[in-house]
Amino acid sequence: MTQTVVKLIDTTLCIGCKACEVACQEWNDQEFTLGTFGGTYQTMPDLAPNFWNLIKFNERETDGGLSWLMSKYQCMHCGDPGCLRACPAPGAIVQAKNGIVDFVSDHCIGCGYCITGCPFDVPRLLPESKKVYKCTLCSDRVAVGLEPACIKSCPTNCLTFGERTEMLRVAETRAGVLKQDGHAQAGVYNPVGVGGTNVLYVLKDASDPAAYGLPADPTIPLSVRLWKGPVKWLGTMLFAGGVLGSFFHYLKFGPKEEEAPEE
Amino acid sequence: MISRREFGLTTAFGFSLASAQAAVRELKISRTTQSRSVCPYCAVGCSVIVHSLGDKARNVRSSVVHIEGDTDSPVNRGTLCSKGISLKQFVNSDRRLTRPLYRAPGAQEWQAISWEQAYEKMARAIKTSRDQGFVEQDAQGRTVNRLENIVMMGGCTDTNEINYLISKFRFGLGLLPYENQSRL
Repeated sequence: MTQTVVKLIDTTLCIGCKACEVACQEWNDQEFTLGTFGGTYQTMPDLAPNFWNLIKFNERETDGGLSWLMSKYQCMHCGDPGCLRACPAPGAIVQAKNGIVDFVSDHCIGCGYCITGCPFDVPRLLPESKKVYKCTLCSDRVAVGLEPACIKSCPTNCLTFGERTEMLRVAETRAGVLKQDGHAQAGVYNPVGVGGTNVLYVLKDASDPAAYGLPADPTIPLSVRLWKGPVKWLGTMLFAGGVLGSFFHYLKFGPKEEEAPEE
Repeated sequence: MISRREFGLTTAFGFSLASAQAAVRELKISRTTQSRSVCPYCAVGCSVIVHSLGDKARNVRSSVVHIEGDTDSPVNRGTLCSKGISLKQFVNSDRRLTRPLYRAPGAQEWQAISWEQAYEKMARAIKTSRDQGFVEQDAQGRTVNRLENIVMMGGCTDTNEINYLISKFRFGLGLLPYENQSRL
């Protein structure tokens, strides 16, 4: 039986060294595009088609001064992926049995519906190739038993990788330790609205995921849920009905005869 | 196997591409030669594995395609920092120095010289300094045979083998002052 793989991000251990960012770029052979300096320590302001993994330096003012809430921004590999629900191209987005949600560029038609469907705003469209790109959780490495590139590089043990139930247990244990250390709000970020994510976070303050740049209660938009279900079938039936109607109309009334011109 | 009902419902046009879904992309390091090395940057001395393509055949030039941490190293256990993980760019950089350059005294420009010329110049400089600064006997007349006017610097990333050669070279000259970044 294939095990579900999980990336666990203990945000309290992140020192913002960005090794995971560079490891991602190197493994995926992506060139770095120079951005603009936005007054923060972040490498880039946002994800890009050739930049799939961003360490966010979230700043939060506290009583004693400033608190840096590090978070790793990449595909969450949802249990119920909004991108997959939205995608109209068969085979362009696949959810592997080990939980990895992967984009297959060969089948991508560049419609961008997955961008609408993603509650975490992760997929990015590259206009030149008209394809959408995002983190693959290094599906090629995981397939041969290696850990993803970001996990391997992390020098502080902030990133760990393993089987889902095991990692959930590790995450809960870590959150319990944090609570004992005086962070009463510590907890695990594993939103149920998207069927749980295969990227888990341990947050020092789980009551306010938005401070980490994470949506508090992500859900797949209703329009996305509808359009490939009932709406698509309805459209198909209307189309088929039109064809059938024309056919029966032809049987009953025959072809339209050209009226003889009046003399 | 797709059922008749699924076939009709899931595909508006009557065909499915499900079976044509591609497998995960091929592991890019599946056919590489792995060589162990040490990261050249800081004094931590993380071990790295250099993945190169090319089977060392006579007519093939190998190229470095990927570098990642060496899990066997007790120093970093496979992890690397953002600089270490980007070593591939360091190796493959078109600005990397691959041949000796010489700047004559007073000159502003560097000029490329051959390795033979470089060895010749270094050997000559060492010989001249050594001839001037070699001490055979100290103030009390004891035989010491030491070299006091040359200092040797080791690097934090030198391997055991390099250090063995450095020591051999150093003792051969009678050189005493020796410092190493890894002691910082």
